[in-house]
Formats: sequence, C-alpha cells, structure tokens
Amino acid sequence: MTTSADFDQGAFVRALLDPELPPPNELETPGGFPPERRFAVYRNNVCVGLVDALAERFPICVQLVGDEFFRAMAQCYVRAFQPRSPMLFEYGEEFATFVSEFEPARELPYLPDVARLEYAVGQAYHAADAAPLPLDLIRALPLDRMESATAALHPSTHVIASKHPIVSIWRRHMSDEKMGPLELDRGEEALVVRPQLAIMVAALPAGGSAFVDALRRGRTFGEAVNAASGVAADFNLTDCLRELLVTGAFVAVSVAH
Amino acid sequence: MGARSASEHSRERAASSLPARAGVGFKSVHLADIEASARDVGFFEIHAENYMGAGGTPHAQLMRLRRDSPLSIHGVGLSIGGAEPLDREHLGRLRTLVERYDPAACSEHLAWSTQGARFLNDLLPLPYNAATLAYVIAHVDEIQEALGRPILLENPAAYLRFRSSEYSEVDFLREVVRRTDCRLLLDVTNVYVSATNLAFSAEDYIDAFPMSYVEEIHLAGYAEDVDEIGDPLLIDAHCAPVPDAVWRLYDHALSRRGPVATLIEWDNDVPSWPTLLAQATRAQTFLERSRRAVEDSLRSEALHDDLG
Repeated sequence: MTTSADFDQGAFVRALLDPELPPPNELETPGGFPPERRFAVYRNNVCVGLVDALAERFPICVQLVGDEFFRAMAQCYVRAFQPRSPMLFEYGEEFATFVSEFEPARELPYLPDVARLEYAVGQAYHAADAAPLPLDLIRALPLDRMESATAALHPSTHVIASKHPIVSIWRRHMSDEKMGPLELDRGEEALVVRPQLAIMVAALPAGGSAFVDALRRGRTFGEAVNAASGVAADFNLTDCLRELLVTGAFVAVSVAH
Repeated sequence: MGARSASEHSRERAASSLPARAGVGFKSVHLADIEASARDVGFFEIHAENYMGAGGTPHAQLMRLRRDSPLSIHGVGLSIGGAEPLDREHLGRLRTLVERYDPAACSEHLAWSTQGARFLNDLLPLPYNAATLAYVIAHVDEIQEALGRPILLENPAAYLRFRSSEYSEVDFLREVVRRTDCRLLLDVTNVYVSATNLAFSAEDYIDAFPMSYVEEIHLAGYAEDVDEIGDPLLIDAHCAPVPDAVWRLYDHALSRRGPVATLIEWDNDVPSWPTLLAQATRAQTFLERSRRAVEDSLRSEALHDDLG
C-alpha cells in the first residue's frame, strides 16, 4: 500500500549531503515559500558537526595545514564517508587514507601518518582499562625462557610505522618547546599506550612495530624478534623492550614451563 | 497472549527519579570546578554516545560524578523516528551504560539520525502520521523492553514541516505516550524555536502538552538567523544563555506542571563553570517559586476542606 505517509528518508539524506540537489519536495514552510534556507539548517548541522568532530579528533593535522585547509579537506571527507555508528569517537577511520589520496595535501607526505597516529590516540583514549605489568613481576621474568614466552598487550596499544618522524612531530605539537628543524625523511615507529588515563606516545626502534604486531597475534617473543629482524636487520630488542615496559604496554607475560 | 507487553512491564517502575531541581549538562572541562564546589546543582546529564567506549578518562570521570550526584543519560543516536529497524548493537551499548550507572532518568528524541547504516549526527525531522506513529511506537516499546524502564521522549526543534503530517506534534506525542507508557521530556527552547520557525503559538503548544507525563524540562540558548523572505529563523544551537522569552515560556510551563527536573543545555561555546551555574541558579529560583505556588494552593484547598 502506498500512501502519502511513505517518507523517503534516503532521498532526504541524499539532499542533505549534496547541496546541488533541491530539498525534498515533501517539505513546506508556513508561508509557502521555498524551503532552501531552512533545509540548509539541517545540511549545515550535519556537515559542520562532522567537520568539527574531525577537527577535534585530528588537532595536530589542523595545526599542520591550518584551520581553513583542514575544514575544506574534512568537508570533502564528510561527503564521501559518513559515520557508521552514533559513536563519533570511531569516526575518521578512513581519514588517513583519504588524506593520502587528497591531491591538495600531496606537499605534506607525512600528513597521512600523523592522522594515523592521531586516530590511534583517539582509540587509546576510549580503550578498555587494564593494569600494566607491575615492576616486581617484570623483574621476576626468567630471561633464559623468554624465547618461548607470549605477552598480552594493553588493550590501548597501537603501533604505526612511518617513513616520516611522526613521533617528533607529535611531541613538537604537544609541547611549547622549541626544537630544531626535523629531517622529514627520517622514519619513526610510533607506540601509543594508555596504561592508566594519560596517553603515552613513544618511538620504538626500527622493527619495533613488527615486533608488537607479532606479539599481538599471539606469537612468542622469539618469533616476534624474527619478525622485527625481517623488517630491520639491526633490530634492537633491548631498546624495544625498555620502551614497551616503561610505557606499560604489557599487561601479562606467559612463560611456558 | 500470555506474555505481557513492554508497556505493561514498564509501568511498574517510575520513569525518572531526578529531583525537581535544576541540573546542567556535564562537560569534562568543568569537573575540577564541580568537585571544588558544594555541588549545588540537582543533577548532571550526559550524552550517552560519549560514554560508549570501554574505558579511560570518560568513565573515570563519570564514576566520580555519579558518586555524589543523580545522573540523567540522554541518548542522541537511537534514531527512534527512523523507518529502519533500531540498531540492536547500539541499543545493547545503551543498556550496558544504563546498567553500569543506574541513572535517575533515560531520555531520547522524537527524531531520526541514521539511514542506511549512515549516522548523520543530527536530529532530523519526521512527518507525523499513522505510518510514522506505528514505527515510533514499536521503537519506543523495544527500547523500554531492552532497558527495563520507561524512557522520556523529547520534542524536537523544527525548521520545516511535512505535507504528509496528519497529527500535530503534541497529538503525536500524546499518542506515543498512550500506546507505550513512555514519559516526556519537554524542551521549552525547542517549543519556542519551532513556534517561531513554523509560526504557531508557543503558549498554545504548552497549554496542549500532556504535562502530567513531563518528567524533565530542557532549557538552552538558540542562534538567530533569517530565511529568504526575512522571517526569523531560530536554530537550536545550545550555544548561548537561555533567552528571556524562553524563561517566560518556562514559567508558563511550570505553572501547568509544577516543579520538575530542569536541565540547562550548553554544548557549544561551552562557558565557564560560574556562567553555567548562574543559569542553573536562575532555573532554581523559578522552580522554588513554582513549589511555593503549589504549596499555597494546597494550603488554601486544605483550608477550604476544614471550613467546608
């Protein structure tokens, strides 16, 4: 049965997202005037609201490209990708990939990885709570049997390997410290952990993100070292473990008997 | 049928145990001020979706807030007014949040925000007719069944109307209440905004509203614009102090309803804590005057009975 009651929400949404389309013709104004300006309130709420959400989620990207550029870029993203759930803190999952393909941003090749880092920071902010491995248990680990041990990582743990110094860029924008010029082609591997409430961002030695990814998949420390060495022949296990322990990235280590 | 319907089930519990006092929307930037103050607001309201992550700062702060103050959980993402089935996963997340914090009230909007798995982050309008009434009722029933308690349903701010509407908004809401036993959240600013935009009398709307089902009131500031022909176009922006015209309408609503939990909503251009608190204090003076008026009328009725 078709009645006047059928309400085409799909058409409403298409008109919301495409300002070239006229407002749905089932809408009217009290004076019988065209509804463009009033429909624009909804268009604006949707677009500005989502652009604001991205600006909040990617503050360092905003600083790097400036507010005007960021908002123009974010608006293109909003038209192409809408949130898949009402939890706006999950919005922007494809933003880094979008930025890497966004022609006007090509001059800033490090921008997509900074966006990846910021997205990981947002995920870590809302991740489940867990107690990092206490120091006395770390000291008691049997070093001779670590080869076959496995680890449970903190639920907030993320790693991002980049060809650019994303951790240095992050630090520079998080503090007011004056720093020298960055070598933009020097890669860094970022570790993000939120052991309690504060977010930690640290640089892992080359190969470190492969090491963490392997542990996350349930591989042993021995297998994880092999994975890391495959990526970086000079993988420094000691430095990597120190960063992971200091940031609280391990919540448990299981040693086989 | 042997099974009891959702509405019969929910009638066993009151919808809201919020105090008839002024509350404010919780903003994390205010937490230190709130904890340093005497907590002189009646309750705090949060947007459910901001607390649907697993852990971290949002929950740590909410636990602290909840220890000493009644909490109202206000959802903005269930899309009750959408034709599509409710997002069960999202409803499950809301249930988890409600179980975790046992709020004094749970509310949602007569609006939609999701279409074809896209969340549009706005409260979008629907026509008021038999078809939309049927799915709004089904959605409210489903939510109340899942939460095991009645919800408060909020009237939206309107900028346009639909040719296919067959009910007034008030009649539509009254019908939803009758069929689901949900309660109402009366957003006085939304009434004022809609009345201005759609050229009807805000006082008449309040006079027709089923006030005995109102368990919470919202007050906020709006943004002012004009449409193509220079008519005022008010936008529900939660970005400013409550305007005088809204305070007057609020006073009118209280004269019909009596004192009831009242929230100051200020979500954008968030002010300093003292500025927000001053708005809540002003609402509190209206509530106290309303309480005295109710007491006076009860006293004169009692006197009447004694003499009669």
